[in-house]
Amino acid sequence: MTQRRIVAGLSLGVIAMLALAGCVANNPAGTDATALTVDSSATECAVSAGEAPSGNVVFTVSNSGDQVTEFYLLADDGLRIVGEVENIGPGIERNLVVQARPGDYFTVCKPGMIGAGVGKTPFTVTDSGVEFTADENLAAQIDTANANYKSYVKDQIENLVTGTEAFAEAYKAGDDDKARELYAPTRVFWERVETVAESFGDLDPRMDLREADLEEGQEWTGWHAIEKDLWPAEAGADFTAYTQEKRDALADQLVEDTDTLYANVQDLEFTLDQQANGAIGLLDEVATGKVTGEEEFWSHTDLWDFQANIDGAKVLYAGIRDILVAKDADLADQLDTEFAALQDLLDAQRDGEGFTLYTDLTDDEIRAFSDQVNALGEPLSKLTGVLVL
Amino acid sequence: MTENAPPGLSRRGLFGLTGAAVVGAGVGFGVDRVLTPHEGSSGAAAVYPFFGEHQAGILTPAQDRLHFAAFDVSDISRAELKELLEDWSYAANRMTAGLGAGEFGPADGPYDSPPDDTGEALDLPPAGLTITFGFGPSLFDDRFGLANKRPSALIDLPHFPGDALIDSLVGGDLCVQACSDDPQIAVHAIRNLSRIAFGRAKLRWSQLGFGRTSSTTRAQVTPRNLFGFKDGTANMRAEDVSTVDKEVWVSPKDGSDWMTGGSYLVARKIRMTIETWDRTSLREQERVIGRTKGAGAPLSGGTEFTEPDFTLTGRGDAPLIDEASHVRLAHPSMNAGAQLLRRGYNFVDGNDDLGRLNAGLFFICFQRDPREQFVPVQLSLARNDAMNEYVRHVGSGIFAVPPGARADRPIGAGLFA
Repeated sequence: MTQRRIVAGLSLGVIAMLALAGCVANNPAGTDATALTVDSSATECAVSAGEAPSGNVVFTVSNSGDQVTEFYLLADDGLRIVGEVENIGPGIERNLVVQARPGDYFTVCKPGMIGAGVGKTPFTVTDSGVEFTADENLAAQIDTANANYKSYVKDQIENLVTGTEAFAEAYKAGDDDKARELYAPTRVFWERVETVAESFGDLDPRMDLREADLEEGQEWTGWHAIEKDLWPAEAGADFTAYTQEKRDALADQLVEDTDTLYANVQDLEFTLDQQANGAIGLLDEVATGKVTGEEEFWSHTDLWDFQANIDGAKVLYAGIRDILVAKDADLADQLDTEFAALQDLLDAQRDGEGFTLYTDLTDDEIRAFSDQVNALGEPLSKLTGVLVL
Repeated sequence: MTENAPPGLSRRGLFGLTGAAVVGAGVGFGVDRVLTPHEGSSGAAAVYPFFGEHQAGILTPAQDRLHFAAFDVSDISRAELKELLEDWSYAANRMTAGLGAGEFGPADGPYDSPPDDTGEALDLPPAGLTITFGFGPSLFDDRFGLANKRPSALIDLPHFPGDALIDSLVGGDLCVQACSDDPQIAVHAIRNLSRIAFGRAKLRWSQLGFGRTSSTTRAQVTPRNLFGFKDGTANMRAEDVSTVDKEVWVSPKDGSDWMTGGSYLVARKIRMTIETWDRTSLREQERVIGRTKGAGAPLSGGTEFTEPDFTLTGRGDAPLIDEASHVRLAHPSMNAGAQLLRRGYNFVDGNDDLGRLNAGLFFICFQRDPREQFVPVQLSLARNDAMNEYVRHVGSGIFAVPPGARADRPIGAGLFA
């Protein structure tokens, strides 16, 4: 399945991470959020009040004009963006939720999304006594996290390139034992960064399509097409082993596509919300494909992929954990606990260098995995909302 | 219900009032002896006549509950199949009128015989019950000499990318769609039709649905599916007569005379991975659907019924309605004008072995030609729909829905002409 979250977020700049719409985190002081309305017309940007107490403030922005509009909360210099909500179609209503600190701000709307905007008005946040954590280093922390994740992705894909070459060579040479041995440990490099790898819409179906995902008449290529040939006993009596020609073609294309993937990830840049969404996306991959044993239909090496998805999610989480601790330490504690509990379950299934085959798991063990994925998934899904607020 | 309940409102009252008009007994009789119900009132007492040019349950204002069943015909003769359809027509005509499935009813009749109606609908109004029959492709094999009657539009559905069909939820020689505003009434219909069919046809798979996920008339408000979004906003409505004539009803020009005035039903059981959906940000949910969650307006602006503007762009010249959004890919303008009359229902079949709700949408649609309508639309969705992350098609069926019955023409009479 194609995972498009990363792509969907690509248009968001670093600034936009600071405020996304529609996410309401726990108010640090436990007080209710202040609800304000904004009427964005062709010429006006009417906010229902000119001030609010510090804490969570929800601006419900209605676009009464006939152009796509944006709403900004600007700092006292009238330039720096504290919060924004974009792409509000005519007649549409959307929320901007910000953790507003005491101080002077401006509100402004930008119908048509160009120019200086309309209705720029001073906005005051009074001190309600709500405490905020210091965030002087936030921008630097975010930059570091983004850069680190970029390095991680490149490193994994480099390993994928090398591993795929060795795998392809063994497969072409007819050394099936070796190819089978290399299959799961090589795919680990793909699965660790799966949400990124899958974001290249043309490559993903060529490299990672399962047989059920095929359309009638569509040619099947990539890892799983080879997987079926390597585990023919699982494929059933009517399966015919591939010819040498077909083996060569599949292996060569997989190597070539992996090279293309390598080239594609070199220039990728990541934002904080993409990283948080990436961690959530990886867990979704586990929940929908790995827990159910659908991903590795022939080899049953689903737990290798499972661990790799979790590896990737943990790397993402670790990279942004400091930022999270400053914003919501309780959530960080909860995630630490749930990640550890899931890792315990995986560790219990280790077998030598690898894992128990999916088909050798008991129903209770599968159920325990599924329950723990849900236990982790629910708090993890709050990550983006908390980080960008 | 008491004996002096107003005529036309109570099952028992109706039965008492009109029972005398019912002639004959036992199985194997034609429908000439069925009564013709009065089209009635509204609400719980709503009655939709079984007889008509078209079968009810298609354009009928979508009721709130569904019991859908697919049957396999047993090893019987062509004549016995014809009789089964006559018996079903007889019982369906009675039940949609609020009567018992058989002539005596659940609490009357010979004391040493089991009642000819199972009884759970005894004190209930008909609640808008409709019973709609269809014929699957497998009915047209060599068993009943019907091969030359198979309409070319009654194709075997292709495999769609991502299909995860479960064998026990696919196909069927016959289907029955029972819809009502009362779940017990819908279940009663399928239960009694199954009983009538014992020895002649057996249940292959069935599905309960609650909560309609589309509107088929303008007067109905748009309901929500289990993703929490309004569903069926752009559905065609009974009032769109020219569209319905063009997109739903089989015309004499379509090549199978016996199907004129009929339609084709495609059913898909679509499991939703609602646990992962529920953990998804509102931003992503609205991007996947292409509409706002609250009002159901297209992301290009306006209100629920505003036409989506797929060309309108926002930040970075990206379209406000994502290229992979469901509303874009399913829109007629992206499918050579193809439209479907949707009539689906939410379902929750308890939970699966992993403790996840076994929930989703039981999608039903009607159309004039699946080759031009459902298949290309679904192919486009299966390839590109961002929603595929959160859905899995696990059940499937396609059925030719013949025209409506008349007193002298039971369901499917055209098959045996």
